[in-house]
Amino acid sequence: MIAKIIVQLTRFLCGANVRWLGCEPRDHQRIYFANHTSHLDFLVIWSALPISLRNKTRPVAARDYWLAKPWRRYLAEHVFHAVLIERHKIPAPDSPDNPLNIMLAALKKKFSLILFPEGSRNVEEEMQSFKSGLYHLAKAVPGVELIPVYLENLSRILPKGEFLPVPLIGSITFGPAMALGSQETKADFLNRCRHAIKSLEDL
Amino acid sequence: MMAFDQETLRLLLGIFGLLSFASLVVFLLRSRIKSKAGVSTLQNLSARIKAWWIMTVIFVFAMLTGGTGSVVLFALISFLALREFITLTPTRKADHRSLFWAFFIIIPYQYFLVGTQYYGMFSIFIPVYAFLFIPIQSLKGEDYERFLERTAKIQWGLMICVYCASHAPALLMLKIPNFSGQNAKLLFFLVLVVQLSDVFQYVFGKMLGRTPIMPKISPHKTVEGFVGGIVAATFIGSSLWWLTPFTVWQAAGMAFLIAMLGFFGGATMSAIKRDRGVKDYGNLIEGHGGMLDRIDSLCFAAPVYFHLIRFYST
Repeated sequence: MIAKIIVQLTRFLCGANVRWLGCEPRDHQRIYFANHTSHLDFLVIWSALPISLRNKTRPVAARDYWLAKPWRRYLAEHVFHAVLIERHKIPAPDSPDNPLNIMLAALKKKFSLILFPEGSRNVEEEMQSFKSGLYHLAKAVPGVELIPVYLENLSRILPKGEFLPVPLIGSITFGPAMALGSQETKADFLNRCRHAIKSLEDL
Repeated sequence: MMAFDQETLRLLLGIFGLLSFASLVVFLLRSRIKSKAGVSTLQNLSARIKAWWIMTVIFVFAMLTGGTGSVVLFALISFLALREFITLTPTRKADHRSLFWAFFIIIPYQYFLVGTQYYGMFSIFIPVYAFLFIPIQSLKGEDYERFLERTAKIQWGLMICVYCASHAPALLMLKIPNFSGQNAKLLFFLVLVVQLSDVFQYVFGKMLGRTPIMPKISPHKTVEGFVGGIVAATFIGSSLWWLTPFTVWQAAGMAFLIAMLGFFGGATMSAIKRDRGVKDYGNLIEGHGGMLDRIDSLCFAAPVYFHLIRFYST
Protein backbone atom coordinates (compact mmCIF):
# COMPACT_ATOMS: atom_id res chain seq x y z
CA MET A 1 0.00 0.00 0.00
CA ILE A 2 2.64 2.51 1.10
CA ALA A 3 4.89 1.18 -1.64
CA LYS A 4 2.20 1.80 -4.28
CA ILE A 5 1.65 5.38 -3.11
CA ILE A 6 5.38 6.06 -3.13
CA VAL A 7 5.73 4.63 -6.65
CA GLN A 8 2.88 6.74 -8.02
CA LEU A 9 4.10 9.86 -6.24
CA THR A 10 7.62 9.38 -7.56
CA ARG A 11 6.35 8.86 -11.09
CA PHE A 12 4.21 12.00 -10.89
CA LEU A 13 6.89 14.13 -9.32
CA CYS A 14 9.69 13.08 -11.62
CA GLY A 15 7.79 13.00 -14.89
CA ALA A 16 8.43 9.26 -15.19
CA ASN A 17 10.34 9.32 -18.44
CA VAL A 18 11.71 5.77 -18.63
CA ARG A 19 13.76 4.41 -21.53
CA TRP A 20 15.10 0.91 -21.97
CA LEU A 21 17.91 1.08 -24.52
CA GLY A 22 19.74 -2.13 -25.26
CA CYS A 23 18.07 -4.12 -22.51
CA GLU A 24 14.55 -5.15 -21.60
CA PRO A 25 12.79 -5.20 -18.23
CA ARG A 26 12.99 -8.99 -17.97
CA ASP A 27 13.28 -11.42 -15.13
CA HIS A 28 17.01 -11.97 -14.85
CA GLN A 29 19.16 -11.38 -11.80
CA ARG A 30 20.84 -8.01 -12.21
CA ILE A 31 22.83 -5.28 -10.57
CA TYR A 32 21.57 -1.86 -11.65
CA PHE A 33 24.27 0.74 -11.12
CA ALA A 34 23.66 4.46 -11.58
CA ASN A 35 25.00 7.97 -11.12
CA HIS A 36 24.01 9.42 -7.75
CA THR A 37 22.91 13.02 -7.24
CA SER A 38 19.70 12.93 -5.22
CA HIS A 39 17.74 11.05 -2.60
CA LEU A 40 15.27 10.33 -5.34
CA ASP A 41 17.70 8.23 -7.36
CA PHE A 42 16.94 4.79 -6.02
CA LEU A 43 13.24 5.64 -5.72
CA VAL A 44 13.14 6.49 -9.40
CA ILE A 45 14.89 3.30 -10.50
CA TRP A 46 12.76 1.26 -8.12
CA SER A 47 9.54 2.92 -9.39
CA ALA A 48 10.57 2.48 -13.02
CA LEU A 49 10.76 -1.31 -12.67
CA PRO A 50 7.62 -3.35 -13.36
CA ILE A 51 6.16 -4.61 -10.10
CA SER A 52 7.21 -8.24 -10.67
CA LEU A 53 10.84 -7.13 -10.96
CA ARG A 54 10.55 -4.52 -8.21
CA ASN A 55 9.63 -7.19 -5.70
CA LYS A 56 12.88 -9.00 -6.48
CA THR A 57 15.07 -5.89 -6.45
CA ARG A 58 16.67 -4.35 -3.39
CA PRO A 59 18.38 -0.99 -3.16
CA VAL A 60 21.76 -0.85 -1.45
CA ALA A 61 21.70 2.06 1.01
CA ALA A 62 23.62 3.63 3.88
CA ARG A 63 22.94 1.97 7.20
CA ASP A 64 23.67 5.07 9.33
CA TYR A 65 21.17 7.20 7.40
CA TRP A 66 18.30 4.75 7.13
CA LEU A 67 18.41 3.54 10.72
CA ALA A 68 18.70 7.02 12.25
CA LYS A 69 14.96 7.72 12.50
CA PRO A 70 12.09 5.29 13.21
CA TRP A 71 10.17 6.21 10.04
CA ARG A 72 13.28 5.82 7.92
CA ARG A 73 13.93 2.46 9.46
CA TYR A 74 10.34 1.43 8.73
CA LEU A 75 10.61 2.50 5.09
CA ALA A 76 13.97 0.82 4.60
CA GLU A 77 12.97 -2.45 6.23
CA HIS A 78 9.32 -2.87 5.28
CA VAL A 79 8.76 -0.85 2.12
CA PHE A 80 12.01 -0.79 0.15
CA HIS A 81 13.54 -3.91 1.72
CA ALA A 82 16.86 -2.11 1.45
CA VAL A 83 20.20 -3.83 1.80
CA LEU A 84 21.82 -1.65 4.43
CA ILE A 85 25.59 -1.32 4.52
CA GLU A 86 28.08 0.46 6.77
CA ARG A 87 29.83 3.46 5.19
CA HIS A 88 32.21 4.69 7.86
CA LYS A 89 33.64 2.08 10.22
CA ILE A 90 33.75 -0.71 7.70
CA PRO A 91 33.85 -4.17 9.33
CA ALA A 92 36.68 -6.57 8.40
CA PRO A 93 36.40 -8.48 5.07
CA ASP A 94 35.70 -11.77 6.84
CA SER A 95 32.92 -10.34 9.01
CA PRO A 96 29.32 -11.03 7.83
CA ASP A 97 28.69 -7.29 8.34
CA ASN A 98 31.24 -6.31 5.73
CA PRO A 99 29.32 -4.43 2.96
CA LEU A 100 30.48 -6.84 0.29
CA ASN A 101 29.32 -9.88 2.26
CA ILE A 102 25.92 -8.30 2.94
CA MET A 103 25.43 -7.58 -0.77
CA LEU A 104 26.62 -11.07 -1.72
CA ALA A 105 24.17 -12.61 0.75
CA ALA A 106 21.31 -10.75 -0.94
CA LEU A 107 22.54 -11.85 -4.37
CA LYS A 108 22.71 -15.43 -3.16
CA LYS A 109 19.02 -15.18 -2.29
CA LYS A 110 18.45 -14.36 -5.98
CA PHE A 111 17.65 -10.70 -5.44
CA SER A 112 18.68 -8.01 -7.92
CA LEU A 113 20.44 -4.94 -6.49
CA ILE A 114 20.37 -1.20 -7.10
CA LEU A 115 23.81 0.23 -6.44
CA PHE A 116 25.42 3.66 -6.59
CA PRO A 117 29.14 3.07 -7.12
CA GLU A 118 29.99 6.71 -6.47
CA GLY A 119 29.24 5.98 -2.82
CA SER A 120 27.59 9.22 -1.81
CA ARG A 121 25.51 11.83 -3.61
CA ASN A 122 27.47 13.93 -6.03
CA VAL A 123 27.17 17.73 -6.08
CA GLU A 124 29.51 18.38 -8.99
CA GLU A 125 28.61 18.29 -12.67
CA GLU A 126 31.06 15.46 -13.39
CA MET A 127 30.48 11.97 -11.96
CA GLN A 128 32.84 10.96 -9.14
CA SER A 129 35.12 7.95 -9.48
CA PHE A 130 33.61 4.56 -8.65
CA LYS A 131 34.24 2.63 -5.47
CA SER A 132 35.49 -0.90 -5.97
CA GLY A 133 32.42 -2.79 -4.64
CA LEU A 134 30.95 -3.16 -8.10
CA TYR A 135 34.14 -4.86 -9.32
CA HIS A 136 34.21 -7.34 -6.45
CA LEU A 137 30.56 -8.21 -6.95
CA ALA A 138 31.06 -8.67 -10.70
CA LYS A 139 33.92 -11.02 -9.96
CA ALA A 140 32.09 -13.01 -7.25
CA VAL A 141 28.84 -13.52 -9.18
CA PRO A 142 29.68 -13.61 -12.90
CA GLY A 143 26.19 -14.77 -13.97
CA VAL A 144 24.53 -11.57 -12.81
CA GLU A 145 23.91 -8.92 -15.51
CA LEU A 146 25.34 -5.48 -14.81
CA ILE A 147 22.98 -2.79 -16.10
CA PRO A 148 24.22 0.81 -16.35
CA VAL A 149 21.50 3.35 -15.51
CA TYR A 150 21.68 7.05 -16.29
CA LEU A 151 19.55 9.40 -14.19
CA GLU A 152 18.96 12.88 -15.52
CA ASN A 153 17.64 16.01 -13.80
CA LEU A 154 16.95 14.38 -10.45
CA SER A 155 19.48 16.63 -8.76
CA ARG A 156 17.35 19.54 -9.94
CA ILE A 157 14.18 17.96 -8.58
CA LEU A 158 15.65 17.32 -5.14
CA PRO A 159 19.27 18.46 -4.72
CA LYS A 160 21.44 17.39 -1.84
CA GLY A 161 20.60 19.41 1.24
CA GLU A 162 17.04 20.34 0.19
CA PHE A 163 13.87 18.70 1.42
CA LEU A 164 11.21 20.26 -0.81
CA PRO A 165 11.07 18.75 -4.30
CA VAL A 166 10.45 20.76 -7.46
CA PRO A 167 8.42 18.78 -10.01
CA LEU A 168 10.63 18.91 -13.10
CA ILE A 169 10.79 16.16 -15.68
CA GLY A 170 13.49 13.63 -14.92
CA SER A 171 14.49 10.79 -17.12
CA ILE A 172 15.94 7.39 -16.50
CA THR A 173 17.78 5.35 -19.12
CA PHE A 174 18.67 1.69 -18.79
CA GLY A 175 21.63 0.64 -20.97
CA PRO A 176 22.86 -2.67 -22.39
CA ALA A 177 24.05 -5.35 -19.94
CA MET A 178 27.77 -5.56 -19.13
CA ALA A 179 30.06 -8.19 -17.61
CA LEU A 180 33.59 -8.26 -16.24
CA GLY A 181 36.16 -9.27 -18.87
CA SER A 182 38.39 -12.23 -18.00
CA GLN A 183 41.63 -10.21 -18.27
CA GLU A 184 40.19 -6.88 -17.14
CA THR A 185 41.83 -5.05 -14.24
CA LYS A 186 39.83 -3.37 -11.51
CA ALA A 187 40.66 0.15 -12.67
CA ASP A 188 39.81 -0.62 -16.31
CA PHE A 189 36.54 -2.26 -15.39
CA LEU A 190 35.37 0.57 -13.11
CA ASN A 191 36.33 3.08 -15.76
CA ARG A 192 34.39 1.18 -18.40
CA CYS A 193 31.32 1.08 -16.12
CA ARG A 194 31.56 4.79 -15.48
CA HIS A 195 31.78 5.50 -19.21
CA ALA A 196 28.83 3.19 -19.86
CA ILE A 197 26.65 5.48 -17.75
CA LYS A 198 28.08 8.60 -19.35
CA SER A 199 27.47 7.30 -22.87
CA LEU A 200 23.75 6.95 -22.07
CA GLU A 201 23.64 10.68 -21.46
CA ASP A 202 23.85 11.49 -25.17
CA LEU A 203 21.38 8.89 -26.43
CA MET B 1 -23.05 22.43 -12.79
CA MET B 2 -23.64 24.87 -15.58
CA ALA B 3 -25.98 24.14 -18.47
CA PHE B 4 -24.84 25.23 -21.90
CA ASP B 5 -27.11 27.58 -23.80
CA GLN B 6 -28.45 26.98 -27.31
CA GLU B 7 -25.52 28.64 -29.04
CA THR B 8 -22.89 26.70 -27.12
CA LEU B 9 -24.68 23.45 -27.84
CA ARG B 10 -24.77 24.28 -31.52
CA LEU B 11 -21.04 24.99 -31.39
CA LEU B 12 -20.30 21.72 -29.58
CA LEU B 13 -22.32 19.83 -32.16
CA GLY B 14 -20.15 21.47 -34.81
CA ILE B 15 -16.87 20.64 -33.01
CA PHE B 16 -17.74 17.01 -32.40
CA GLY B 17 -19.05 16.76 -35.96
CA LEU B 18 -15.72 18.10 -37.24
CA LEU B 19 -13.75 15.63 -35.10
CA SER B 20 -15.92 12.74 -36.28
CA PHE B 21 -15.38 13.84 -39.85
CA ALA B 22 -11.59 13.98 -39.31
CA SER B 23 -11.58 10.51 -37.74
CA LEU B 24 -13.66 9.18 -40.64
CA VAL B 25 -11.25 10.65 -43.21
CA VAL B 26 -8.26 9.04 -41.49
CA PHE B 27 -10.15 5.76 -41.33
CA LEU B 28 -10.91 5.85 -45.06
CA LEU B 29 -7.38 6.90 -45.99
CA ARG B 30 -5.90 4.02 -44.04
CA SER B 31 -6.77 1.43 -46.70
CA ARG B 32 -5.67 3.68 -49.61
CA ILE B 33 -2.27 4.96 -48.53
CA LYS B 34 0.59 2.52 -48.94
CA SER B 35 3.78 4.60 -49.34
CA LYS B 36 6.08 4.67 -46.34
CA ALA B 37 6.09 8.47 -45.90
CA GLY B 38 2.33 8.52 -46.34
CA VAL B 39 1.78 5.88 -43.67
CA SER B 40 3.95 7.74 -41.18
CA THR B 41 2.15 11.04 -41.85
CA LEU B 42 -1.16 9.24 -41.45
CA GLN B 43 -0.03 7.72 -38.15
CA ASN B 44 0.93 11.13 -36.84
CA LEU B 45 -2.36 12.58 -38.05
CA SER B 46 -4.31 9.77 -36.43
CA ALA B 47 -2.46 10.29 -33.11
CA ARG B 48 -3.15 14.02 -33.32
CA ILE B 49 -6.85 13.53 -33.93
CA LYS B 50 -7.09 11.04 -31.08
CA ALA B 51 -5.41 13.59 -28.80
CA TRP B 52 -7.84 16.24 -30.05
CA TRP B 53 -10.76 14.07 -29.00
CA ILE B 54 -9.34 13.67 -25.51
CA MET B 55 -8.45 17.36 -25.15
CA THR B 56 -11.88 18.45 -26.40
CA VAL B 57 -13.72 16.16 -24.02
CA ILE B 58 -11.62 17.34 -21.05
CA PHE B 59 -12.10 20.98 -22.01
CA VAL B 60 -15.87 20.67 -22.51
CA PHE B 61 -16.20 18.79 -19.26
CA ALA B 62 -14.27 21.50 -17.40
CA MET B 63 -16.50 24.16 -18.93
CA LEU B 64 -19.60 22.24 -17.85
CA THR B 65 -18.59 22.54 -14.21
CA GLY B 66 -18.74 26.32 -14.53
CA GLY B 67 -15.92 28.62 -13.52
CA THR B 68 -14.13 26.34 -11.06
CA GLY B 69 -13.50 23.55 -13.54
CA SER B 70 -11.96 25.88 -16.11
CA VAL B 71 -9.75 27.54 -13.50
CA VAL B 72 -8.51 24.19 -12.19
CA LEU B 73 -7.94 22.90 -15.71
CA PHE B 74 -5.85 25.91 -16.71
CA ALA B 75 -3.93 25.80 -13.42
CA LEU B 76 -2.98 22.23 -14.25
CA ILE B 77 -2.06 23.22 -17.81
CA SER B 78 0.18 25.99 -16.45
CA PHE B 79 1.80 23.58 -14.03
CA LEU B 80 2.62 21.07 -16.78
CA ALA B 81 3.80 23.78 -19.17
CA LEU B 82 6.07 25.47 -16.63
CA ARG B 83 7.47 22.09 -15.72
CA GLU B 84 8.42 21.47 -19.34
CA PHE B 85 9.84 24.97 -19.70
CA ILE B 86 12.03 24.81 -16.59
CA THR B 87 13.18 21.28 -17.38
CA LEU B 88 14.54 22.55 -20.66
CA THR B 89 16.23 25.69 -19.37
CA PRO B 90 19.15 25.02 -17.06
CA THR B 91 18.96 26.54 -13.59
CA ARG B 92 21.34 26.00 -10.71
CA LYS B 93 20.97 24.58 -7.27
CA ALA B 94 20.62 28.06 -5.79
CA ASP B 95 17.37 28.50 -7.70
CA HIS B 96 15.75 25.52 -6.04
CA ARG B 97 13.71 27.48 -3.52
CA SER B 98 12.56 30.00 -6.13
CA LEU B 99 11.38 27.14 -8.30
CA PHE B 100 9.54 25.61 -5.40
CA TRP B 101 7.73 28.91 -4.90
CA ALA B 102 6.96 29.18 -8.59
CA PHE B 103 5.30 25.76 -8.75
CA PHE B 104 3.58 25.47 -5.42
CA ILE B 105 2.77 29.03 -4.36
CA ILE B 106 2.72 31.31 -7.40
CA ILE B 107 0.70 29.06 -9.74
CA PRO B 108 -2.02 28.22 -7.18
CA TYR B 109 -2.25 31.83 -6.01
CA GLN B 110 -2.52 33.25 -9.54
CA TYR B 111 -5.39 30.88 -10.31
CA PHE B 112 -6.95 31.57 -6.93
CA LEU B 113 -7.05 35.21 -8.02
CA VAL B 114 -8.68 34.19 -11.30
CA GLY B 115 -11.22 32.06 -9.44
CA THR B 116 -12.11 34.83 -6.98
CA GLN B 117 -12.18 37.37 -9.82
CA TYR B 118 -9.83 39.79 -8.08
CA TYR B 119 -8.75 41.63 -11.23
CA GLY B 120 -6.57 44.26 -9.54
CA MET B 121 -4.25 41.66 -8.04
CA PHE B 122 -4.54 39.11 -10.84
CA SER B 123 -3.17 41.57 -13.38
CA ILE B 124 -0.07 42.57 -11.39
CA PHE B 125 0.76 39.67 -9.08
CA ILE B 126 3.29 37.99 -11.38
CA PRO B 127 4.67 41.04 -13.27
CA VAL B 128 5.27 42.96 -10.02
CA TYR B 129 5.40 40.79 -6.91
CA ALA B 130 6.64 37.48 -8.32
CA PHE B 131 9.03 39.37 -10.61
CA LEU B 132 10.77 41.01 -7.67
CA PHE B 133 10.44 38.10 -5.29
CA ILE B 134 12.16 35.50 -7.49
CA PRO B 135 15.63 37.15 -7.54
CA ILE B 136 15.37 37.94 -3.82
CA GLN B 137 14.63 34.30 -3.07
CA SER B 138 17.50 33.17 -5.34
CA LEU B 139 19.97 35.40 -3.46
CA LYS B 140 19.81 32.96 -0.57
CA GLY B 141 21.71 30.40 -2.63
CA GLU B 142 24.86 32.59 -2.46
CA ASP B 143 25.62 31.87 -6.09
CA TYR B 144 26.15 34.71 -8.57
CA GLU B 145 27.03 32.56 -11.56
CA ARG B 146 24.74 33.41 -14.51
CA PHE B 147 22.45 35.15 -12.02
CA LEU B 148 20.64 37.38 -14.49
CA GLU B 149 20.17 34.54 -16.95
CA ARG B 150 18.80 32.15 -14.34
CA THR B 151 16.45 34.72 -12.86
CA ALA B 152 15.22 35.80 -16.29
CA LYS B 153 14.46 32.22 -17.25
CA ILE B 154 12.26 31.63 -14.23
CA GLN B 155 10.51 34.97 -14.74
CA TRP B 156 9.95 34.25 -18.41
CA GLY B 157 8.59 30.79 -17.65
CA LEU B 158 6.17 32.29 -15.14
CA MET B 159 5.06 35.03 -17.52
CA ILE B 160 4.40 32.74 -20.49
CA CYS B 161 3.21 29.54 -18.84
CA VAL B 162 1.30 31.02 -15.90
CA TYR B 163 0.53 34.71 -16.33
CA CYS B 164 -0.32 34.64 -20.04
CA ALA B 165 -2.12 31.31 -19.90
CA SER B 166 -4.22 32.43 -16.92
CA HIS B 167 -5.82 35.13 -19.10
CA ALA B 168 -7.84 32.43 -20.86
CA PRO B 169 -9.96 31.40 -17.85
CA ALA B 170 -9.85 35.04 -16.67
CA LEU B 171 -12.22 35.81 -19.56
CA LEU B 172 -14.92 34.45 -17.25
CA MET B 173 -14.45 37.42 -14.91
CA LEU B 174 -15.14 40.13 -17.51
CA LYS B 175 -18.39 42.03 -16.99
CA ILE B 176 -19.77 42.72 -20.46
CA PRO B 177 -23.12 44.53 -20.81
CA ASN B 178 -25.90 42.31 -22.20
CA PHE B 179 -23.62 39.27 -22.10
CA SER B 180 -23.62 38.27 -18.44
CA GLY B 181 -23.38 34.58 -17.70
CA GLN B 182 -22.23 33.84 -21.25
CA ASN B 183 -18.50 34.52 -20.95
CA ALA B 184 -17.67 30.85 -21.40
CA LYS B 185 -18.43 31.40 -25.09
CA LEU B 186 -15.60 33.95 -25.28
CA LEU B 187 -13.24 31.27 -24.00
CA PHE B 188 -14.59 28.77 -26.54
CA PHE B 189 -14.07 31.34 -29.29
CA LEU B 190 -10.45 31.96 -28.26
CA VAL B 191 -9.47 28.32 -27.87
CA LEU B 192 -11.26 27.27 -31.04
CA VAL B 193 -9.74 29.99 -33.24
CA VAL B 194 -6.24 29.57 -31.84
CA GLN B 195 -6.25 25.78 -32.18
CA LEU B 196 -7.95 25.72 -35.59
CA SER B 197 -5.42 28.24 -36.80
CA ASP B 198 -2.67 25.82 -35.73
CA VAL B 199 -4.47 22.94 -37.41
CA PHE B 200 -5.00 24.82 -40.67
CA GLN B 201 -1.42 26.04 -40.72
CA TYR B 202 -0.39 22.39 -40.42
CA VAL B 203 -2.88 21.22 -43.07
CA PHE B 204 -2.05 23.97 -45.59
CA GLY B 205 1.63 23.55 -44.87
CA LYS B 206 1.45 19.80 -45.57
CA MET B 207 -0.61 20.25 -48.73
CA LEU B 208 0.83 23.35 -50.38
CA GLY B 209 3.89 24.22 -48.30
CA ARG B 210 6.87 25.21 -50.50
CA THR B 211 8.43 28.42 -49.24
CA PRO B 212 9.90 28.38 -45.75
CA ILE B 213 8.92 31.44 -43.74
CA MET B 214 11.62 31.28 -41.06
CA PRO B 215 13.91 28.46 -42.23
CA LYS B 216 16.28 28.60 -39.29
CA ILE B 217 13.87 28.96 -36.41
CA SER B 218 11.05 26.73 -37.57
CA PRO B 219 11.92 24.83 -40.76
CA HIS B 220 8.46 23.27 -41.12
CA LYS B 221 6.59 26.57 -41.12
CA THR B 222 5.86 27.79 -44.64
CA VAL B 223 4.43 30.96 -46.16
CA GLU B 224 1.62 28.88 -47.70
CA GLY B 225 0.78 27.28 -44.34
CA PHE B 226 0.92 30.65 -42.60
CA VAL B 227 -1.35 32.45 -45.07
CA GLY B 228 -3.75 29.52 -45.36
CA GLY B 229 -3.96 29.10 -41.59
CA ILE B 230 -4.51 32.78 -40.85
CA VAL B 231 -7.11 33.21 -43.60
CA ALA B 232 -8.97 30.07 -42.56
CA ALA B 233 -8.91 31.04 -38.87
CA THR B 234 -10.14 34.57 -39.65
CA PHE B 235 -12.93 33.16 -41.77
CA ILE B 236 -13.97 30.65 -39.11
CA GLY B 237 -13.80 33.33 -36.41
CA SER B 238 -16.02 35.70 -38.36
CA SER B 239 -18.52 32.93 -39.03
CA LEU B 240 -18.75 32.34 -35.29
CA TRP B 241 -19.74 35.94 -34.51
CA TRP B 242 -23.13 34.74 -33.16
CA LEU B 243 -21.24 33.13 -30.28
CA THR B 244 -19.79 36.44 -29.09
CA PRO B 245 -20.81 40.01 -28.33
CA PHE B 246 -18.88 41.07 -31.47
CA THR B 247 -20.25 42.04 -34.87
CA VAL B 248 -19.16 39.95 -37.88
CA TRP B 249 -16.33 42.36 -38.68
CA GLN B 250 -15.20 42.60 -35.07
CA ALA B 251 -15.19 38.82 -34.83
CA ALA B 252 -13.09 38.64 -38.01
CA GLY B 253 -10.65 41.20 -36.61
CA MET B 254 -10.37 39.37 -33.30
CA ALA B 255 -9.85 36.02 -35.02
CA PHE B 256 -7.19 37.53 -37.28
CA LEU B 257 -5.37 38.98 -34.28
CA ILE B 258 -5.63 35.74 -32.30
CA ALA B 259 -4.29 33.72 -35.22
CA MET B 260 -1.39 36.13 -35.84
CA LEU B 261 -0.37 36.19 -32.19
CA GLY B 262 -0.75 32.43 -32.08
CA PHE B 263 1.59 32.07 -35.02
CA PHE B 264 4.23 34.29 -33.43
CA GLY B 265 3.78 32.53 -30.09
CA GLY B 266 4.49 29.19 -31.69
CA ALA B 267 7.50 30.60 -33.55
CA THR B 268 8.93 32.24 -30.41
CA MET B 269 8.68 29.06 -28.39
CA SER B 270 10.25 27.22 -31.36
CA ALA B 271 13.24 29.54 -31.25
CA ILE B 272 13.78 28.61 -27.59
CA LYS B 273 13.46 24.91 -28.40
CA ARG B 274 15.97 25.17 -31.26
CA ASP B 275 18.44 26.95 -29.02
CA ARG B 276 18.16 24.11 -26.50
CA GLY B 277 18.49 21.54 -29.28
CA VAL B 278 15.12 19.83 -28.99
CA LYS B 279 12.10 19.48 -31.25
CA ASP B 280 9.35 19.29 -28.64
CA TYR B 281 8.97 20.42 -25.05
CA GLY B 282 7.81 16.99 -24.00
CA ASN B 283 5.91 13.87 -25.01
CA LEU B 284 2.79 14.31 -22.91
CA ILE B 285 0.30 14.50 -25.78
CA GLU B 286 0.79 11.87 -28.47
CA GLY B 287 1.47 13.38 -31.91
CA HIS B 288 1.63 16.91 -30.52
CA GLY B 289 4.69 16.85 -28.26
CA GLY B 290 4.38 18.42 -24.84
CA MET B 291 1.82 20.63 -23.18
CA LEU B 292 3.80 23.75 -24.05
CA ASP B 293 3.91 22.74 -27.73
CA ARG B 294 0.12 22.70 -27.72
CA ILE B 295 -0.51 25.93 -25.80
CA ASP B 296 2.33 28.20 -26.96
CA SER B 297 0.02 29.99 -29.41
CA LEU B 298 -2.73 30.30 -26.80
CA CYS B 299 -0.29 31.91 -24.34
CA PHE B 300 0.47 34.72 -26.75
CA ALA B 301 -3.11 35.26 -27.89
CA ALA B 302 -4.96 35.09 -24.56
CA PRO B 303 -3.72 38.27 -22.79
CA VAL B 304 -4.16 40.53 -25.82
CA TYR B 305 -7.62 39.11 -26.55
CA PHE B 306 -8.56 39.54 -22.88
CA HIS B 307 -7.46 43.16 -22.72
CA LEU B 308 -9.01 44.15 -26.04
CA ILE B 309 -12.38 42.82 -24.92
CA ARG B 310 -11.94 44.47 -21.55
CA PHE B 311 -11.03 47.79 -23.17
CA TYR B 312 -13.84 47.91 -25.71
CA SER B 313 -16.67 46.06 -24.02
CA THR B 314 -16.64 46.77 -20.32
